[in-house]
Amino acid sequence: MRERMWVAYAFLAPVAVVMAVIVIYPLIGSVVSSFTDLDRSNSATVFRPGSEEFVGIDNYVTVLTSEEFRGRLTWTVVWTAANVFFHFTFGLGLALLLNQRFRGRTVYRLILMLPWAVPAFISAVSWRYIFNGEYGVLNLFLEGFGIDGPNWLSDPFWAYVAPIIVNVWLGVPFMMVALLGGMQSIPADLYEAARVDGANRRQAFWNVTIPQLKSVSVAVTMLGIIWTFNLFVVIFLTTGGGPGGRTDILVTESFNLFQAGQYAIAATYSVIILSLLLVFVTFYQRIFRTEDVAR
Amino acid sequence: MKQPLWEKVATHVILIFASLIAIFPILWVISTSFKNQFDVLSTEIHLIPEKPTLENYESLFNPGSATGGFFWNWFGNSLLIAVLTTILSVFLASTAAYSLSRYRFWGKRPMTSFFLTSQMFPAVILLVPLFQLLAIQFRLLNTPWALVLAYATTAIPFCVLMLKSYFDTLPIELEEAAKIDGLGPFGAFWRIVVPLSTPGIAVTAFYAFITAWNEFLYALVFLTKPEAFTLPIGVRLFINQFTQNWGGTMALSVIVTIPVMLFFYVAQRYLISGLSTGGVKG
Repeated sequence: MRERMWVAYAFLAPVAVVMAVIVIYPLIGSVVSSFTDLDRSNSATVFRPGSEEFVGIDNYVTVLTSEEFRGRLTWTVVWTAANVFFHFTFGLGLALLLNQRFRGRTVYRLILMLPWAVPAFISAVSWRYIFNGEYGVLNLFLEGFGIDGPNWLSDPFWAYVAPIIVNVWLGVPFMMVALLGGMQSIPADLYEAARVDGANRRQAFWNVTIPQLKSVSVAVTMLGIIWTFNLFVVIFLTTGGGPGGRTDILVTESFNLFQAGQYAIAATYSVIILSLLLVFVTFYQRIFRTEDVAR
Repeated sequence: MKQPLWEKVATHVILIFASLIAIFPILWVISTSFKNQFDVLSTEIHLIPEKPTLENYESLFNPGSATGGFFWNWFGNSLLIAVLTTILSVFLASTAAYSLSRYRFWGKRPMTSFFLTSQMFPAVILLVPLFQLLAIQFRLLNTPWALVLAYATTAIPFCVLMLKSYFDTLPIELEEAAKIDGLGPFGAFWRIVVPLSTPGIAVTAFYAFITAWNEFLYALVFLTKPEAFTLPIGVRLFINQFTQNWGGTMALSVIVTIPVMLFFYVAQRYLISGLSTGGVKG
């Protein structure tokens, strides 16, 4: 047994060393920086050592009490909730339709999966063109129905809607495919048993399909929430946080602060983001008891 | 359980409508990439370009255009960084995943939850210290290595989880037989487990490649010279210009997307099962 332990550590050693250098050490570094006044003017460069000083919890007080942070947080929560809601409902609806037997099912599935195969940054850039107020194809379409389309990316209200549209478009296929996989792994005997018991199709749906989908739904919504909360590229490349920084979510704001040289505040933001996610996941798992699902 | 006719019709109507929404933006991008600079700004909808042209694709190679003639540099950098990230991550992750899959040892649980938790890290959380480590201490700014290491921070944990879930499905008897035949633990891993896991390793490798190929945030920070750019940062250069060059942007987008699309159709089936067994259930 002792010999086997030694082997296990030998297999793990390379990853452990690399992770320690490029993840653990920076992670600790990030937490430490969030308690300092680190910025571009006092950070270490190739020419000089860093001269930042500890400031205790000042950064957290500054960030958590600022109007700005609360605005970003509210919008990030709305952004995440709206996206995951639409991903899940559209994904579930499409998966239910595709779970029937009919001609052309594979073709529909392949077409509906396409948005997933497009890199997110390409989707974001392409939708910018589609959203353009004057010659964007979305507004040209709306014009065809006699609707005067808004300036999607600069209007104070529609700038919130536009990135959600982009992200719903690119996120539905994942949910659809995951839920479809879940439906197809439901044992046929369950439907057979329901039929023998005299259940009609609707009853079979509510009493077999939906309960059987619970574990996969819990898992994919959790993943969806984490991914959307941290999704940088869609906001950054569609609205770029505009108009006036209103549509920045917490991660894009943290990035902007980094680019502006306010390293300590950027680190504070990112530590807060990770803490929020950790708290969320802990509660989520407690509520839905995903440990029952796990092996 | 017979289905009424109206339901069949409704199914097709909804699926056709959804398919149009899914595919139209993609067709529009492809179409735009073949339009000339005037039709790109047209206020009429023409899905088939009226005067199709290759000028947008040609302009990608032109030093006077938004690419500055660096298209092949960007392409080469993207390819090199993605390949190096893949090799490094899969190579390192495979032994670690094997260890987590087959052995019991002190520290196994925290190790596994560390890999799971790291899937939750926003990329920005490592940004400040990674920048200081890689750009200042290691002086890797504008080199592929900065990005290979930055991408490994997410690729390695992901590969470990994917590969572990794959190794878990392999019967342990084969390795036990190999050990009876005199192979040590490393020999059993290298000669028995790795060859048997080729499909799992291939999908994991593809996934690592695509994630690196698509990455945007770190590239934006670590690459400042146009000749060092990757394709994603190159695309941004187009939309940042004062005059927006939509035709060129779309041509570049098409080129970036083709390898990803090809991969998707090969790997989609395995990806889902890998995600649901490895990433989610752990």
